[in-house]
Amino acid sequence: MSPGNKEETGGEREVMKSHGSRCLFFLGFIVGSCTLYLLQLVWFEHPGLILQPQGAGNTTLSKDWRAEGAALINLRHPKKQGKDSHVADELYKKVRILCWVMTAPKNHQTKALHVKATWSRRCNRVVFMSSVNDPNLPAVGLGTGEGRHKLYWKTIRAFHYILEKHGDEADWFLKADDDTFVAVDNLRWILSNHTPAQPVYFGKHFKLHVKQGFMSGGAGYVLSKEALQRYVKAFSTKMCTHTSPEEDVALARCMEKIGVRPGDSRDTLHRDTFHPLAPEFHLTRKFDKTHWYWMENFHRPAEGPQCCSDLAVSFHYVDSVLMQTLEYFTNHLRPWGYRYRYRPSPPLVGLVGPVKT
Amino acid sequence: MISEGSSFVKGMAMGAVFCLLLSILGSFSPNVPGSSDPEEEHHHHHVIAPNTKDMQELSQAEMVELSQKVRVYCLIMVTPKVLVHWAAANSTWAKHCDKAAYYTSESSKAMDAIDLKESDEWARIRVALKHAYENAGDMRWFFMARPTTFAIIENLKYLILDKDPSQPFYLGRSQKSGELEYVEFDSGIVFSYDALRRLMDILKNDDLCPARGRAIWKVSEEKQLAICLKYAGVYAENGEDAHGLSLFNSQSISTLITDSISKNPDKVLESCCSDMAISFSGLSPNQMQVMMYGVYRLRPYGHDFHDSMIFLPPKGSDND
Repeated sequence: MSPGNKEETGGEREVMKSHGSRCLFFLGFIVGSCTLYLLQLVWFEHPGLILQPQGAGNTTLSKDWRAEGAALINLRHPKKQGKDSHVADELYKKVRILCWVMTAPKNHQTKALHVKATWSRRCNRVVFMSSVNDPNLPAVGLGTGEGRHKLYWKTIRAFHYILEKHGDEADWFLKADDDTFVAVDNLRWILSNHTPAQPVYFGKHFKLHVKQGFMSGGAGYVLSKEALQRYVKAFSTKMCTHTSPEEDVALARCMEKIGVRPGDSRDTLHRDTFHPLAPEFHLTRKFDKTHWYWMENFHRPAEGPQCCSDLAVSFHYVDSVLMQTLEYFTNHLRPWGYRYRYRPSPPLVGLVGPVKT
Repeated sequence: MISEGSSFVKGMAMGAVFCLLLSILGSFSPNVPGSSDPEEEHHHHHVIAPNTKDMQELSQAEMVELSQKVRVYCLIMVTPKVLVHWAAANSTWAKHCDKAAYYTSESSKAMDAIDLKESDEWARIRVALKHAYENAGDMRWFFMARPTTFAIIENLKYLILDKDPSQPFYLGRSQKSGELEYVEFDSGIVFSYDALRRLMDILKNDDLCPARGRAIWKVSEEKQLAICLKYAGVYAENGEDAHGLSLFNSQSISTLITDSISKNPDKVLESCCSDMAISFSGLSPNQMQVMMYGVYRLRPYGHDFHDSMIFLPPKGSDND
């Protein structure tokens, strides 16, 4: 009996053994094929063209700018190969613009940096105004606190500082936020038909609150030299004071008092150039007729593509990505050979000869 | 124990071999017999836009002739399910094609498109390319895209300006998958007349270029196209500018810039995005309207490029 048993159990063990090894074989098969599949993926698929940026980063910026105190002076107007910029270069000399950018300490290394790297390079001078000094940006500390209620304090102090330190270095003085994008060359085109001796200021014109209307703070506004001088003087004579924290409305009230009139910044087809919102809103949004944008516009607003001039000056609520995108659209990307639909005639002010003041 | 271990190892070895065999069958790169015809010598891998200086030396008459030669027939593959994309392409970038033809999976009253009556995308592509080739008239360049791609046709014309359409060009954003090099569909595919002529021939060969994919798993349409073209002696090429930046992009500008801000914060635009970019992908209809404004309208006053060719804005349009 025992040998028979042994044979049977031996036979069973063999059956089990071959069953077991078949399972192992299958397991090995699956493991082997998966491993090789993964290996192939890693071996063959390599990333697409990833370009290494050429040259160092910081040195270019320092070659373009000279810092004088807290102001950045444009040493080298950004140039491009194959581009004939003689008209823009003439305007750069004749229509000098100082840009001051309202920022805050939390934005010095973020939003402000993007402004510094993009549109502000086309200003004749740029000054970043903050509540605290920061030599790294550089930013001027205005000694106010931060917050919406400090906006007008910052504005008042900023304009005083600008007139005192840089009044002679420019003809026009632009205020912008660190989430405003400005096409400075287009601003020069608008201003070239006016003289800085006129008491005038330009921006996105709204009609409420003040009889002659006010200019949207976020869309940016620009004062002539005469307007700036009158504005600062008005504070020493107490004709104007800090009336409210609403920077744009309070400034407009003062402007009205001192005889500085609001200019019309629209292009030759009466399209807006300064914009209080981002491009997508203006181009695609259908505004309800009770929407504030529709109701408060000084001039009748337009929807769709005619909302905005080809030679737009500003957009607001622009985050860092959109800031670089607008810089790309304005100063880099172009359709080769395309003849633009809107081709306004050159400014009335002759580009040959001095600007008469 | 040892015998069990050896079964496992044997299994692994068999599995590995099996997997290798599968992948070889799936992406087989054929040995195309070398042709004695000198015209077949087409060895570019990166196609670069012409040099401006060379362009400026051409005469007026030469320029007029060139402008005829670079006319582009756009094939836009649409589906009625996403009508809004058809409408977006139709009201934006497609207006700049010399001819824009929409090819659809099924007809729809709301959409002016050619009904291919095919449910399979690869089949639709074959039929659409054949239709385009037969209806091209004397146009010699073709651009195939999805409606979520935004293309700047003028920059495409600049890229192909000094290229001969009687040579086989198949270009865009090229990618590699194993041994196969193919052009991504999302960023748009450019064909010269000769490339399509060869494709038409090879499409008749059901062994090399079957109507249904022959790999055990389904191969994407863009790869299937590359395989067929390879049999016809047409190879994928990458379109780039003089700095080596890709002109065709499979992402939107915001995505490219967001990535560049984190990777190259000191040179954001110089490292990601060419001045002469041709395509971007993954755009919503609203974003396309913004692109039209950004590309064809927004610019700084006082700069001129004196390009040697002029393209007029399309008639009856106001967003460009």
